[in-house]
Amino acid sequence: MKRFAALFTALDQTTKINPKVAALADYFAEAPEDDRLWTVALLSGRRPKRTVTTTLLREWAAARAGLPLWLFEECYPIVGDLAETIALILPPPERREDRSLTAWIGEIRALSALPPEDRRARILAAWDVLDRTERFVFNKLITGGFRMGVSQKLMTRALSRATDIPEPDLAHRLMGDWSPDTVSFETLIRAPDPTVDLSKPYPFYLAYQLDDGPESLDGPPAGWAAERKWDGIRGQLILRGGTHFLWSRGEELMTDRFPELARIADYLPPGTVLDGEVLAWRDDAPLPFNALQKRIGRKTVPKKLLTDAPVILYAYDLLEWAGEDRRALPFVERRALLEAAAAEVPPDAPLRVSPLVPFDDWPALAAERARSRDLSAEGIMLKRWDSPYRDGRKRGDWWKWKVDPLTVDAVMIYAQQGHGRRANLFTDFTFAVWDGNQLVPFTKAYSGLTDAEFRQITAWVRKNTLERFGPVRSVKPEHVFEIAFEGIQASARHKSGLALRFPRMARWRRDKPAREANTLADLQAMLAAYG
Amino acid sequence: MAEPLLTFTDRGIYCPDGDFHIDPWRPVDRALITHGHADHARDGMGRYLATEGAAPVMRHRLGDIRLDTVRYGETRTVGGVEVSFHPAGHVPGSAQIRVARRGEVWVVSGDYKVEADGLSTPFEPVRCHAFVTECTFGLPVFAWRPQADVAAEIDAWWRGNAAAGRASILGAYALGKAQRLLAAVDCGIGPILTHGAVENTNAVLRAQGLMLPDTVRVTPETDTKAHPGALVVAPPSALGTPWARRFAGPGGAPSTGFASGWMALRGVRRRRGADRGFVLSDHADWAGLNAAIAETGAERIFVTHGYTAIFRRWLAELGYDAAVVETAYEGESLDADADESDQGGQNAPSPREDLEKGL
Repeated sequence: MKRFAALFTALDQTTKINPKVAALADYFAEAPEDDRLWTVALLSGRRPKRTVTTTLLREWAAARAGLPLWLFEECYPIVGDLAETIALILPPPERREDRSLTAWIGEIRALSALPPEDRRARILAAWDVLDRTERFVFNKLITGGFRMGVSQKLMTRALSRATDIPEPDLAHRLMGDWSPDTVSFETLIRAPDPTVDLSKPYPFYLAYQLDDGPESLDGPPAGWAAERKWDGIRGQLILRGGTHFLWSRGEELMTDRFPELARIADYLPPGTVLDGEVLAWRDDAPLPFNALQKRIGRKTVPKKLLTDAPVILYAYDLLEWAGEDRRALPFVERRALLEAAAAEVPPDAPLRVSPLVPFDDWPALAAERARSRDLSAEGIMLKRWDSPYRDGRKRGDWWKWKVDPLTVDAVMIYAQQGHGRRANLFTDFTFAVWDGNQLVPFTKAYSGLTDAEFRQITAWVRKNTLERFGPVRSVKPEHVFEIAFEGIQASARHKSGLALRFPRMARWRRDKPAREANTLADLQAMLAAYG
Repeated sequence: MAEPLLTFTDRGIYCPDGDFHIDPWRPVDRALITHGHADHARDGMGRYLATEGAAPVMRHRLGDIRLDTVRYGETRTVGGVEVSFHPAGHVPGSAQIRVARRGEVWVVSGDYKVEADGLSTPFEPVRCHAFVTECTFGLPVFAWRPQADVAAEIDAWWRGNAAAGRASILGAYALGKAQRLLAAVDCGIGPILTHGAVENTNAVLRAQGLMLPDTVRVTPETDTKAHPGALVVAPPSALGTPWARRFAGPGGAPSTGFASGWMALRGVRRRRGADRGFVLSDHADWAGLNAAIAETGAERIFVTHGYTAIFRRWLAELGYDAAVVETAYEGESLDADADESDQGGQNAPSPREDLEKGL
């Protein structure tokens, strides 16, 4: 654990990318192989199953530190991280013991088979031999949500440096359904056997946001393909070995949630991988996102939902064909292969190809973009005809040109402190609009302000608190913020009768008195127009 | 029943019998001052009384004031009460103020820390019946390590940067923390440069006899390339400004560090955006506060600034008669410094502004 804790410290002690990559690459070159594998797993979002509840951890830590539980609970929101709070309040270790990262993870996983009293004894024994950083890491391994200020992209770069395997190959090898129990460093990274994991997806290629309009892109319009940007769930459909898998962008297997897509395997051969959007679909048009939302949270789907919100895959790329990786082909050729393949699929099967949006020049495309909301689309996707299918978010070949968000001016009425990096700052706000002389809360928003603005509003909240409800404070209804959002839906669960998609603070309207904020009637008019 | 020895008013802590205030935040006739930081020593008082050690900084900051000084431990009679000043260990010259009337003793701590910092006269516990204490870091998550350990960490950082051809810019408050660091680091590693705000305070403290290592004041004319591997001590607000970027060397951009008790929290450390956070405070940590309070033998405790509500409850559970007092003291500033307009050193800040930063 010493070595891993040292790595953690090295990563935590710098905000610069190169020293982080160097520290990780050194670690990958020197650490024992099973520790390396676990580190790759942790940094790609895989973690041991939780074996102790956080409630018990809090009680045990407070008792070990000789503190009343209420005092621990007061410290937690101020520190902003449970694992850190525990590490900070515990007395110094009584003796030291160095076991490997893998050994400690094994210890944590073994807890699940033990009665609660033994779990407590094991955890206390661990705390007693670990220093503060090691304890923090150990606690993080238990509580999950391990973030070390290192993205998967950065980790892949470091791993590439340590192994001399090119980054894109590594990115692909790290995808999919593996855990340190099912693979070794050798079989996952050094000498992978593609036949072992038929479900393995390719890394998704992600578009950058286009802020300055298509005139800012390289080359003439003819070099670019345009499609609608659909408001569904990005999915990669894999047909291999007579079965199929559907992956989300967050590398979650969604196969069982959308069973109707199994039919696609009846028409397309094994060795086919499609990238596209899962959309709820009826009568040749997408249904609003909330139809799809009902299906997202469920592992299995009742029959009624299958008929209420049937889905299709709206495909826009083809990554594998006849068992071969086609990502290096230019988009124009992949698109041709995709269209030819889809032509074999009958029209009532749940697969379509997302149509191109023809345009001659940029003003014509701008006019198409302006129709987006009417077509239930979020904007336009621009893809360079000659581009390969890359991995991750890479600038240059794919751009999303979203419609301008909807906006409303709203009054801040509640504030709550953030966590982690934002602990001690008020960053989570509830906003309201006028309904006569009443302020009706309708959304929360957390993002969009600069650090300096968060500090200013935090100082203001401290001085203008009206009431406290646990961590939430009601504040003087004084400040107006422009709230930007991507969509609006009717919602029976909200007092205001509506719910927003991706609300955020676009601007602090210091020029506007609270009385001039928007009204509930304004929001209802938006709901009627765009809901 | 007689009026309490000290009362808490909207001007500050007041002694009716002696007719004086302690660290008032609004103009009063007679002010006893614990130390020279801007939230404790303010402009506009008729007369001031402070320790000899605190006086030079106060004069420097507040200009021509009517200031009388006392030595630590010397007893004065003011009105009908006895007052004396006792080391608080916070910054050079800082004091706890003891007020006594017919055997009843109250002590106002001002700001304090219990660890000796090698520069300030170390904290001395004073027995009393009622203790007015700060609690800036009054949570059990704050546990300082010995100063020598932190200094070794800073030295290692500085040494590593110097070897790589990088300057090390260390953000620390201009009065107290900066000098404490200057006295604690290994000045054999390389040259030490100072921001004008820090150097002005250095000059005041050197003139009163404190030993500080040699430092070079950074001015607009300073050739920053002529001091490779330097440690640059500056107020936190100078970090991340063009002033700081001047120190780019052969090893690239300077490495930045920030020394504060708040660096104990990872979230704060990350938000500050400095490369390194060094956990070093001029305020007492949780154990220090609890030990200091126990050593006073006081039964009544008033908490003035910091995590007051939580700390009061803790003290009440320990059996103290504890209360929260609203004051205008700020403790160790966490974010405010970053909002201040001073971009550091290009235009020499006035001596007054310098010390405003030295919270």
